[in-house]
Amino acid sequence: MTNTTKEPTLIVLELVGGNDFLNTLIPYTNGLYYDSRPHIAFKPEDVLPINDTLGFNKNANTLQEFYNSGKMSIVQGVGYPNSSRSHFRSRDIWHTCEPDKVATEGWLGKVIRDLDPNKENVLTAISISRGLPRAVVAQDVPVTSIGDLDTYGLLTGIKKDDKRAQAMSIFEKMYSPYMGTGAVRDYLKQTGRDVQAGAEILKTVPGLYKSSVEYADSAIGQNLRDVARIHLADLGVKVFYVQHGGYDTHANEYSGHEKLMIDLNRSIKDFFTDLEEHSATENVIMMIWSEFGRRVVDNGSGTDHGAGGGAFLIGDRVNGGLYSEYPSIEPNKTDNGDLAFQYDFRGFYSSVIDQWFHLDSASIVGGQFEQIPILK
Amino acid sequence: MVKTDPSLIAHLYRRAGFGASFQELKTLSGLEYTDIVENLLNPETIDPMETDILRRYHLELNDTDSIVPQKGEWIFRMVNTPRTLEEKMTLFWHYVFATGAGKSMHYPASTTQISMFRRVCLTNMKTILMELSKDPAMNFWLDNCENHKGEPNENWGRELLELFSMGVGMDNSINYTEDDVKVAARAFTGWTFTQPLSVYPFGAYPSQFVYKNEDHDDGMMTFLGHEGKFNGNDILDMIIPQPATARFICRHMYTFFVADEPQVPAWNIVPPQDPEAIKILTDKYEETNGDIKEIMRTLLTSTFFKESRFKKIKSPVELMVGTMKIAKTLEFPGPTLVGLANTAVAMGQNLMYPPTVEGWHTGREWIDAGTLNERINFAVGQFDSGTAPGLDEMVSEINSRGELDSEGFVNSCLELLGYVELGEETKETINESFSSLSSKETTLNTKDKLVTTLQQIVSSVDYQFG
Repeated sequence: MTNTTKEPTLIVLELVGGNDFLNTLIPYTNGLYYDSRPHIAFKPEDVLPINDTLGFNKNANTLQEFYNSGKMSIVQGVGYPNSSRSHFRSRDIWHTCEPDKVATEGWLGKVIRDLDPNKENVLTAISISRGLPRAVVAQDVPVTSIGDLDTYGLLTGIKKDDKRAQAMSIFEKMYSPYMGTGAVRDYLKQTGRDVQAGAEILKTVPGLYKSSVEYADSAIGQNLRDVARIHLADLGVKVFYVQHGGYDTHANEYSGHEKLMIDLNRSIKDFFTDLEEHSATENVIMMIWSEFGRRVVDNGSGTDHGAGGGAFLIGDRVNGGLYSEYPSIEPNKTDNGDLAFQYDFRGFYSSVIDQWFHLDSASIVGGQFEQIPILK
Repeated sequence: MVKTDPSLIAHLYRRAGFGASFQELKTLSGLEYTDIVENLLNPETIDPMETDILRRYHLELNDTDSIVPQKGEWIFRMVNTPRTLEEKMTLFWHYVFATGAGKSMHYPASTTQISMFRRVCLTNMKTILMELSKDPAMNFWLDNCENHKGEPNENWGRELLELFSMGVGMDNSINYTEDDVKVAARAFTGWTFTQPLSVYPFGAYPSQFVYKNEDHDDGMMTFLGHEGKFNGNDILDMIIPQPATARFICRHMYTFFVADEPQVPAWNIVPPQDPEAIKILTDKYEETNGDIKEIMRTLLTSTFFKESRFKKIKSPVELMVGTMKIAKTLEFPGPTLVGLANTAVAMGQNLMYPPTVEGWHTGREWIDAGTLNERINFAVGQFDSGTAPGLDEMVSEINSRGELDSEGFVNSCLELLGYVELGEETKETINESFSSLSSKETTLNTKDKLVTTLQQIVSSVDYQFG
């Protein structure tokens, strides 16, 4: 089984809770780093250097390898003006690209609408989670959300196969178009048919998949395995959305963040190894972001909400390197004690929208923002 | 002796509550409609729900630094409270005064706010807006704690006018000016809360309203044409009698209890679908100076209410709670309780985390491919494996009706689910399916047939309406 479509595919991996960028890509030669973080700093010998001043967290060797092989770009100090320290608000801003007002449509929802304006594929976008993140929501854009691919589907509660088949056929009849029942009913029926069609296609996915890669038994590992299985089944999915939670490390950060880094690192490694085994890496990029970084000075056991953070882009075709500048950790150059934002996340999104999907980014992110060259 | 049509009571209970089982409907049908409404309107005459057993089974409810169990408790309460309307009104005010727990992450403030809604939900606008103005969760949510003498923060002042009372305007006219917003903000300077203790390491403690006179702006102000040195109380007194406030609140009541209206931001351009109904409600508002119980009495006994069956898309919690009340799958605390809150999230309704201060977008916006799948699987799941405690009583009810043909059987199922009405095409499909089922598999017992038919009905388009 090989991937033949070569259509650009984007995987968005959100680190929910505010990933501590300072302990992810560490300024290991800066004395201020050690002064600021007496409880949770990594010693120079414990980091994985990428140059004379910066090194990855020791648990992130896959990220270091991607960077060293030129397949990862790192966007330093990514954020937006007047950073909100609220998870809720900041995630909302990243999801909708609207820093000043509350919006209901997500940036990826608009991307999906532009990728498939006639709704030809009910599976253009898939979120691996129960419930849809705001980023993928837009009016009349079908997005499938999958909690667990192996149990996903409509009427899966009906355990006996013959009974379920019967219920599905009744469902199909009940949701078939019927004249003169009103716009809301028509919309509901269309949605029901989308669900059923998507579920029927996805049902075949687990059976098609073969791989020598054994993913770790973490939630993020299993979620990325679901992405790989669906991607390799060649269903025309162009946007995948995955979340990795737990980054709100106010307390016990040393061990808590370690576990997150181990799980993240391993799952990304497994995922790309799996795709390589199937020669299916060429048309894939993975964007990793978090709603903010964390405070420079630790609080005795962890770190509180910050401002600027870091984002990553991984893939064979990615133009690896460091973009923007590493935010200063000198107290008078921070944003109230937090890494200052240096580069607007909407420029990062625009780069992906324009250069990867060849769509017009300005209408999606709400204006022109400085882009980075993301592709080789 | 039937005094009130049980299908009307089913409608009343779906709207003024979260649905009712057919036994409840049977009992209630012996009362006059107006008496049923009176009982709903006077929750204080009914003993509140016991929570002892709930708290014994769910020790996590004592964890003040976690909100998911508290959301589960609220759903449990929606299913089991005997004070039906009180709980529905509590949810109503949560919709209107949408406050999110995610900003403060101080969960006792969120649950305290919901309890406050429960306490004042059927009083009057003055009491309700005063309690809201003093509520720490709201105060922090809209930054009134950052609203200082000489350094006003307009967030609360603006939303009080725009989303909690008057609304922006109608027919392209405006109800208040930007200067009024600024004054509303200044008048509420000094309204803040006591700093709660640090959450680490002992968990969160409640916070309380406090008025700081030294932080209050006592300068001259002009608000809606009135001049004076105003405090928050004065602003409320000027807002509440405004016809705009009557219209705005009554339209909220209409869209929540009667029929889906467009989303709030459209209200200044799109007129109400039933202006006469709104007029009936606003007349009562003006006559009683915003007495919510009086307006609700008018609403629930009106013709437009009685004729509004199935004109709303059920919200996720309405769908979940309504189905669980009939299947009786949450009469007792159990391991599913906490997960239920997350099921509602997956359907698009994260209680205590409305998406914005504008609240949830309702009606057809509840439905997308992800949420519809969740809704159907949840409702079908309540009847699966035939173990739902409600099923046995349904079986005896059906058996008591003697020999039923296909239509009779399907109609009985619809009645058991609360006199659900189906579109012609859905009904035909289910009737046909039942006939072929009965003729092919003659060994099926009543329960098997019941489960199959109930599952078909609850997975239909029609069941999404309430």
